[in-house]
Amino acid sequence: MKHTISVLVQNEFGVLARVAGLFSGRGFNIESLSVAPTLEPTISRMTIVTRGDDRIIEQINKQLHKLINTIKVIDFTHKDCVAREMALIKVSAEEGTRAEVLRITDIFRAKVIDVAPRCYSIEVTGTSSKVDAIIELLRPMGIKEVVRTGPVVLARGARMGEK
Amino acid sequence: MEMTGSQILLECLRQEGVETIFGFPGGAVINIYDDLFDSPIHHILTRHEQAAVHAADGYARATGRVGVALATSGPGATNTVTGIATAYMDSVPMVVITGQVPTPLIGNDAFQEADIVGITRPVTKHNYLVKDIKDLPRIIKEAFFIARTGRPGPVLVDFPKDVQVATDKFHYPDKVNLPGYKPTYSGNARQVEKAVEMILGARKPVVYAGGGVSSPEAGEGLTQLAELIQAPVTTTLMGMAAFPKKHPLSLGLLGMHGTFFANMAVTESDLLIAVGARFDDRVTGKVETFAPHAKIIHIDIDPTSIKKNVRVDLPIVGDLRDVLDKLVKRLSEENEGVSGLIDETVNWRQKIEAWKEEQPMRYEPSDKEIKPQFVIEKIREMTRDDAIITTEVGQHQMWTAQFFDFSQPRTFLTSGGLGTMGYGLPSALGAQAAFPGRQVIDISGDGSFQMNSQELATLVQFNLPVKIAILNNNYLGMVRQWQQLFFKKRYSQTIMEVPIDFVKLAEAYGAKGLHASHPDEVEATIRRALEIDGPVIMEFKVAREENVMPMVPAGKSLNEMVLAS
Repeated sequence: MKHTISVLVQNEFGVLARVAGLFSGRGFNIESLSVAPTLEPTISRMTIVTRGDDRIIEQINKQLHKLINTIKVIDFTHKDCVAREMALIKVSAEEGTRAEVLRITDIFRAKVIDVAPRCYSIEVTGTSSKVDAIIELLRPMGIKEVVRTGPVVLARGARMGEK
Repeated sequence: MEMTGSQILLECLRQEGVETIFGFPGGAVINIYDDLFDSPIHHILTRHEQAAVHAADGYARATGRVGVALATSGPGATNTVTGIATAYMDSVPMVVITGQVPTPLIGNDAFQEADIVGITRPVTKHNYLVKDIKDLPRIIKEAFFIARTGRPGPVLVDFPKDVQVATDKFHYPDKVNLPGYKPTYSGNARQVEKAVEMILGARKPVVYAGGGVSSPEAGEGLTQLAELIQAPVTTTLMGMAAFPKKHPLSLGLLGMHGTFFANMAVTESDLLIAVGARFDDRVTGKVETFAPHAKIIHIDIDPTSIKKNVRVDLPIVGDLRDVLDKLVKRLSEENEGVSGLIDETVNWRQKIEAWKEEQPMRYEPSDKEIKPQFVIEKIREMTRDDAIITTEVGQHQMWTAQFFDFSQPRTFLTSGGLGTMGYGLPSALGAQAAFPGRQVIDISGDGSFQMNSQELATLVQFNLPVKIAILNNNYLGMVRQWQQLFFKKRYSQTIMEVPIDFVKLAEAYGAKGLHASHPDEVEATIRRALEIDGPVIMEFKVAREENVMPMVPAGKSLNEMVLAS
């Protein structure tokens, strides 16, 4: 099962290597990972999407927590949360398909952010499944390149993960 | 007063109470060595950086204090890795300091540069690169704190040469501030309550104790619990010295080379109380059939140890002494419950006694050739109770675990988790440095001994009277045993074809060498060695194809032991 885990870490050199090394060294998989500083510049937040059965996910949570630089680990899997991911998609936009590309972009409330004679670059934000869906719809038009951020997650309501 | 980085380092060590360190100099630590020249800190020069780390490890295991090792950059640092990994697997508190090339050169493939922080990340509890002298006192403070608290472990501090010569005002912090590091010491009272209930309801309880009980305090808690509820106790290699083997409740070692009765008891038990143990594969055998009828209570300070390998019915995270004290206190209040439990478990203890009689730990004695187990029994007989025993890794290590009756905590130093050949001699060196007046004996094999035999020179130089018993079978015996049992006796690369004259080797280093090849000579050889006031090698030519039995073949269940014939 897929799990989204948020990790607050001290923003220090080598912390990403510790987290990545933990996953590779213990044979856990990372589906996506995004990292950036929080409001408090000494703390970074990592959002990790991983897969595994309950035993593995429990180990991942505990092992992350065990790292000295880790301040907090939150598994969002069974929590009420909002998750968003962004993708940039470079899709060919020929005479016959340009209108369809724009229509799909519009339906998904995505944006064309770069226009070239025979291709558009599109920015889309949403849940991972929404991003999957637009990619599927654009695929027949000829996708040249896709870059995805992997999801970031926040708890719903006034609850805060950080403190 | 302005001090240099290397002076600050030594002052930090002094304030941490460090008296002895183990190391090997080199270009990137030459400033530290220059300051050591005038320092009250005693430095022991090993002949290899790996040995320096094992020596610090032996020092730490024997004393319970943080061991300290020092090595130069590059190859000096990479040579420490096996020692660090050994300490990490066995949760030994240690601080390893490595020199590093000057910070502007880091990443340039400079002479004797290695990314030791990157290399040791998976085998340290934590590690640091000191980039600014202002961080140095805090880092050293944190390193010692992290090494000795929670589940102990090695911490590496990589210390670039330009930071060693930089200067700053020295102030040693009183406290550490580590928001991400708060080990749980106090066991949850509700979990303890549930444990009391489970214990009182048990009919076939077994206590399974690991390295977490190696401190005298935890060992005492363990003994109190076991005696109160009259439950048999089996230990891992790491937990062995914490519970006296002669204790009527002792089952000895469990697992691959464990006793018949320990393995049977665990297999039939209905409640397994795991105390500071981690269900290693050498203990569990086939995980699916491990303790199939038992509910499992798992007490450990490290939450990641719990439910890592086996299902657990009741986890209790906390310091063992705290949790065991709470359990003993609560159970002591349940007079009726406990006496009921003791009555109800009479049959269980009788069954275990019957197993002990049926299949005691034994070997076939001989009056023609020296049996390795016989040497170990004799060493036990002839040494004091507080003698410190170290081993290398292999058959001799398992025989020591099986046939040496340990009775005091911190007297058995062996590489359990990593299984590092070459550990025994340098760790004995470290233990002897900590306790000059105690008997320290490295029980060794001829294969393992050669992995760090250069440390004979250190023993002689620093007048460390370690006694080395080499059980020489001219084989890499444990691998040979597997080849005999599972690979049709195809002894691929396990025959040590060049016979070594260990007596001459000892003499070449200025130590004493003794030799025995007949059972009648064993006792006299050990007696002579113990009388000599200096390092001694005792070489015992032992029965070459003796095997370690019982044995649970890899991947089999504990009750599928192959027994001694």
